[in-house]
Amino acid sequence: MSAVIEEHHEEHHDHKPTGIGRWLFSTNHKDIGTMYLCFSFLMLFIGGAMALVIRAELFQPGLQFVEPEFFNQMTTLHGLIMVFGVIMPAFVGLANWMVPMMIGAPDMALPRMNNWSFWLLPGAFGILIASLVMSIMGMGSAPNFGWTFYAPLSTKYGPASTDFFIFSVHMMGISSIMGAINIIATIMNLRAPGMTYMKMPIFVWTWFITAYLLIAVMPVLAGAVTMMLTDRNFGTSFFDAAGGGDPVMFQHIFWFFGHPEVYIMILPAFGVISQIIPTFARKKIFGYSSMVYATSSIAFLSFIVWAHHMFTTGMPVTAELFFMYATMLIAVPTGVKVFNWVSTMWKGSMTFETPMLFAVAFIIMFTIGGFTGLMLAIAPADFQYHDTYFVVAHFHYVLVNGALYSIFAAVYFWLPKWTGNMYDEKLGKLHFWVSTISVNLLFFPMHFVGLAGMPRRIPDYNMQFAEFNQWATVGAFIFGFSQLILLYNIVKTVRGRRTVKATDQVWEGADGLEWTLPSPAPFHSFTTPPTVK
Amino acid sequence: MSTTNHGDYYIPEPSKWPIVGTIALTTAVIGAVTSIHGGSINWVLPVGMLLIVYLFYGWFGAVIDESMANNYNEQVDRSFRIGMLWFIFSEVMFFAAFFGALFYARMIAVPWLGGAGNNAMTNELLWPGFEAAWPLLSNPDNSLFTAPKEAMHALGLPAINTALLLASSVTITIAHHALRAGHRKPLKIWLGATIILGIVFLFLQVEEYMIAYREMGLTLSSGVYGSTFFLLTGFHGFHVTMGATMLLIIFIRVLKGHFTPEKHFAFEAVAWYWHFVDVVWLGLYIFVYWL
Repeated sequence: MSAVIEEHHEEHHDHKPTGIGRWLFSTNHKDIGTMYLCFSFLMLFIGGAMALVIRAELFQPGLQFVEPEFFNQMTTLHGLIMVFGVIMPAFVGLANWMVPMMIGAPDMALPRMNNWSFWLLPGAFGILIASLVMSIMGMGSAPNFGWTFYAPLSTKYGPASTDFFIFSVHMMGISSIMGAINIIATIMNLRAPGMTYMKMPIFVWTWFITAYLLIAVMPVLAGAVTMMLTDRNFGTSFFDAAGGGDPVMFQHIFWFFGHPEVYIMILPAFGVISQIIPTFARKKIFGYSSMVYATSSIAFLSFIVWAHHMFTTGMPVTAELFFMYATMLIAVPTGVKVFNWVSTMWKGSMTFETPMLFAVAFIIMFTIGGFTGLMLAIAPADFQYHDTYFVVAHFHYVLVNGALYSIFAAVYFWLPKWTGNMYDEKLGKLHFWVSTISVNLLFFPMHFVGLAGMPRRIPDYNMQFAEFNQWATVGAFIFGFSQLILLYNIVKTVRGRRTVKATDQVWEGADGLEWTLPSPAPFHSFTTPPTVK
Repeated sequence: MSTTNHGDYYIPEPSKWPIVGTIALTTAVIGAVTSIHGGSINWVLPVGMLLIVYLFYGWFGAVIDESMANNYNEQVDRSFRIGMLWFIFSEVMFFAAFFGALFYARMIAVPWLGGAGNNAMTNELLWPGFEAAWPLLSNPDNSLFTAPKEAMHALGLPAINTALLLASSVTITIAHHALRAGHRKPLKIWLGATIILGIVFLFLQVEEYMIAYREMGLTLSSGVYGSTFFLLTGFHGFHVTMGATMLLIIFIRVLKGHFTPEKHFAFEAVAWYWHFVDVVWLGLYIFVYWL
């Protein structure tokens, strides 16, 4: 892509702050990135534990372990934590670490705001998770209306703790908007001399576009929860037909945020995969500019497809048709991306280290998730699939087997650069194979029970679905606990005992500014801007 | 605050303000929710609000100090500009959510409740006798949501307010030209005039709200017309308040001689924000009051 002609010279006046203050008051993109990633990993285990409660309950029909009311709280919090607390912060963490290094900058453009973006999250999620125990202060149960918090479940019938939930979403929104503004300012303003837009690594491009999506839709989410707040407490009737409003209007506003949000969670994944595949295929990425245009097209289309989540709400048929065709159109740029990844691998000298394994698995499994998405996009067919486990299978294939897999790939890919030590390849491969087998055991049967009519968000189900559900539960527990392998591997790599030192380039086929820095990368990335040819 | 200069780049030293911000917001949130559920404002909310004020005072104070110490190079200036522009864009999208609600309620929800399209049975079975109209002077269920006696008029106070805000956009531009030309006296006069216009606008807006509540029966709970009216104009009013506060701060900074004809980003940022508030008002005037 771009060759560095002026090697950057190391200046060793890095005085790292020490103690807890290093993290609380940090203005360093690497420390903040690390905090984002650790936070996300912690949330992965919390949200994952909730998923295991759900799967344990669904191991067989009838009620076993939890009350339906608590089951609903688990599905709600699991979804919210995984979307806002795991996938999004993990990608912001990766952006924090990698974007300045990839464009030849010393840090993010607005370092203090960067820190605030992170530190809002523990506040927001502290409040959200505390809602589980708010009954002791008379606030009722935790939110129980599903992560999409549809009115009137969340307005008229929501528990008192919903108001805490509303403000915690506000805080997450502020965090995301500030993070996005920071990434845009960094990319627009801090690129090294010669690093033109069309020379930027694809990961930087995908985050650039993702940041615009965030700035455009997080405020809309803020508006939606604000209307919820006033409907609940101040007598407004946005989502109440008795006052001329409409609960379906909530869905329109929510999904106007929600659909771009889906791409917020997958575009950076595309970026990660676009870095890893060329590295291990030892070829330049195939169709660089078409990757950029495809990403932009997906981002644009994401704003005009939201009502495909609402085919069964009774929209006029014209609207159904528009949203159906617009949605199917997204398959075109997405197909371009998959084609380009495969073409990059074509006749490449491939090796399959752990990041590459996760990346290849991403392509295959994300494509499965994409195809089920195409099935769901067909309005008449969606009437059958709507609110079944087929939908659950679809979005877990794109978010777990897709987005989360890309995050795993990214962590293995960049961990040597971050820590200066190679991770344990054997453990990495073990993690990959156990995860990949179990995650398919977990989510693939959901397609079948969904098509057969098993509804989502229900703690009990018909006998005929029992066997597939048992498979899924077994898969869930193996997948959940196999993440401890990753945790162990990361801890081992960070501690650096009994590990191999990583070279600056780390991977034989690695190309780009970040690989010209020493491993581990210095506290401030490029103190003198490198020149890019 | 001391600074570290990394070659051509500027990176601020570790700062306590982000963590103060988190504590402030978390406190305010806990205070807000417990106040709502307690039925009266408790002590946590004001503490949170004071912390937020302290945050803004301290953080912006630190930035002003750094700026006055000439720590910022052109690159930092550009980052600030990019940041401010996209912040304003995010604000535009926040208002877009409420405008979207207005359009949806007016063009889709209310007509459907009245039986439009293929919704004749909705009207017949759920809300018999409800007739779709905008402004909504009779709700589907008037026992739950008391409809307003009359709708807002476009003439009168709102028209005066429109004139005030439009004039304030002109005055701040004149002030900006004066600043760039280095004429301090007209700068102070026209910036002062902008602040006064903003404050008069807010007074008239409060007056309008009082008339709405006392005489017209138009309240937050008078159906979706009142909901959209008060949330749109209310959030706009809140933004005018913020904007006027920012104007006041740059006025003080003008008096202190902080700005030069070449370097006055804070002034420009506030001017952009003020124009944004003005443009939102034009949208409000057209779609909420007039049409």
